[in-house]
Amino acid sequence: MKLLNVSGSPHVHSDESTKKIMWRVNLALVPTLLVAISYFGLNALLISLVSVAACVLFQWLIEKFIMKVPTTICDGSAVVTGLLLAFNVPATCEMVWLVIIGALVAMAIGKMSFGGLGKNPFNPALVGRVFLLISFPVQMTTWPRPAAKMFGSFITDTTTGATPLGLIKEGGAEALPQAWELFLGHMGGSLGEVSAVAILIGAIYLLCRRIISWHIPVTFIGTAFIFSWILNITGVSPVGPLTAILTGGIMLGACFMATDMVTSPMAKSGQLLFGFGCGLLTIIIRTWCSYPEGVSFAILLMNAVTPLINRGFTPKRFAK
Amino acid sequence: MLKTFAMGGVHPEENKISTNAVIEYMPVPAQVSVLMNQHLGAPATPIVAVGDKVKVGQLIGEAQAFMCANVHSPVSGTVKKIEPVRDAFGLWKPAVIIDVEGDEWMETIDRTPDIKRECTLEPAQIVAKLKEMGIVGLGGATFPAHIKYSVPEGKKAEYLIINAVECEPYLTSDHRVMLEHAEEICIGIDILRRSLNVPHAYIGIENNKPEPIAHMKEVAAKFDGRLIVEPLKVKYPQGAEKQLINAITGRRVPSGKLPIDVGCVVSNVGTTFAVYEAIQKNKPLIENILTVTGKKLASQHNYQCRIGITYADIIKHSIGELPENTGKVISGGPMMGKAMSNLDAPTVKGASSVLVIDQSEAVRAQETNCIRCGKCMNACPMGLEPYLFSALVKNGRIEEAGKHNILDCIECGCCFFSCPANKPLLDEIRLGKNKMRAILAAKKK
Repeated sequence: MKLLNVSGSPHVHSDESTKKIMWRVNLALVPTLLVAISYFGLNALLISLVSVAACVLFQWLIEKFIMKVPTTICDGSAVVTGLLLAFNVPATCEMVWLVIIGALVAMAIGKMSFGGLGKNPFNPALVGRVFLLISFPVQMTTWPRPAAKMFGSFITDTTTGATPLGLIKEGGAEALPQAWELFLGHMGGSLGEVSAVAILIGAIYLLCRRIISWHIPVTFIGTAFIFSWILNITGVSPVGPLTAILTGGIMLGACFMATDMVTSPMAKSGQLLFGFGCGLLTIIIRTWCSYPEGVSFAILLMNAVTPLINRGFTPKRFAK
Repeated sequence: MLKTFAMGGVHPEENKISTNAVIEYMPVPAQVSVLMNQHLGAPATPIVAVGDKVKVGQLIGEAQAFMCANVHSPVSGTVKKIEPVRDAFGLWKPAVIIDVEGDEWMETIDRTPDIKRECTLEPAQIVAKLKEMGIVGLGGATFPAHIKYSVPEGKKAEYLIINAVECEPYLTSDHRVMLEHAEEICIGIDILRRSLNVPHAYIGIENNKPEPIAHMKEVAAKFDGRLIVEPLKVKYPQGAEKQLINAITGRRVPSGKLPIDVGCVVSNVGTTFAVYEAIQKNKPLIENILTVTGKKLASQHNYQCRIGITYADIIKHSIGELPENTGKVISGGPMMGKAMSNLDAPTVKGASSVLVIDQSEAVRAQETNCIRCGKCMNACPMGLEPYLFSALVKNGRIEEAGKHNILDCIECGCCFFSCPANKPLLDEIRLGKNKMRAILAAKKK
């Protein structure tokens, strides 16, 4: 007689998988990538390709030769890290090779040393990015101006200039572009953080797919908005709230990096605290530290307290 | 806004492909094995001997323990053996095996098709009759009905809730019974309502069953507002007792307590049909309604069959043989049902379906690392942390899992269903619950 399979219930599955989630995140990053290419030209494409290839390769090498486990590069998570790392660096020629170092740090130290996807306490792309920022401060803060207006040309303008946040740090806040220009991304900056529109398109897709929830992005951006508004009206900072949230990495960080499932709290209540902490720390670093931008540090710091948040913020029990 | 339960839940594919299959009568097989424990609690004691002649509906197993139910012969014939048989899941159970001869029913049973509406029995008499007729809950737990309807001293029933949710995918027996026997069901519900002395009975039906809702509303209208049909928002596991109570009354059954502690009594709609037949027609629980379904089956069926017929007989009569690539045969729905290992086993009172799953759907996907997405937590209708239980149980930290209320788990399977890493969360939780219960039992001693 033919033997039947036996297992515990349930016998059906939602068909959701880590692989699907990661590839959907990659899809959500495509609009941002396209805008980056249109603004910064082939440099942006090249940096992204090198970064993705390096992340995938490093993960494969580590899994094959050090961990000696079946490779998981197909799950798409290394591609997410590669894209996010590329989005966090300036689109200069030097970054094409520097990003490889960032990728090595992101994968080897940020992710695989903890046991791979799901076990890392910090967002790997941010680990790589912060390593680059500390090791290569000059290269990491040399910003090419975006050349084309919107999907215009692929020819890059090689002139460099300060980011809006850099201008503010140097006391040149009055030279800032208009808010709507910032919204579309007409400013200097890392290649993936300039266009809020493109980032929001991706974020809305992820929200619809229920891969992220509104809790972290809304509290992150909301806290940054309110806190910088308070600092602005009390005369502590010359930066208006709208400028604060549209410049630098807040949009990219709030939508794609703080929402990383692995390194953010699991309960909704914990996510609210996490987003609040990210927003607050970002503005504190921007206002009082020597760095013009604080998103990466803010998220990494909040990553560090995530296990604690997970302990303290658990779902409400149904049966008391 | 339609009512539903407070938290969690998932939406599995409904696959109610046997909805339009009218209930057919399954022929009586040549032999039946009647298990002595088809209910929650102690097995009944056989009161027949080998060689005895029995009639349909004759008492053959007597409830002698407190938590127990009577068992009646579903066929007429000769008792061949009284010995343990393997049930559908491979466990040995005491049973009475009867060779079928003809189909001679007890004279006390009213077999006319007329609907008997009047019932003058007192509540205590109703409960006594439920016990006599071996009625148990047919929603899954097979809790003896006479115990459920004997409200303990100091407690008061305020709500009678009828579970017609049928939130499990594939299953359609409740759907069909409501369409074909609505009046009998309503009479049964009204009898139960009277036995509890509550003014209203609420019939919870999910909104994806417009036909049963309309039909039940029409029939319930004849009962002067005593029976209230409550359409509910579609969400699994709405048919879980605690979730249904929450959806209809807003109350929550505290951890470790029973529905009666919040003034509720819940019965399955299939049970109410059995109650009607038992009280009004003197018919013991000897038949049940079973769905035979599966995506790859040539035909879909709903059957009324004698309890004790083997699953193999049901399959032979309904679809001939199992399709080529059958992976699992499940008793119950795909979310909470049990995968059977032995199709030569007899059906029991609580059986609700024979669900045939193809090999391609019967194998679990490769487990990967937890990515801490929190989907298990958001899906949990009890507000628990399944991912945490999984880790704690694996590491042997059972008491810690107990502190996080692992025993609250109702094993609905929402966590495993929604896990993108395909972690067998519920397997680990079940293991943890068993170990936790053992720890608690040891502490009591």
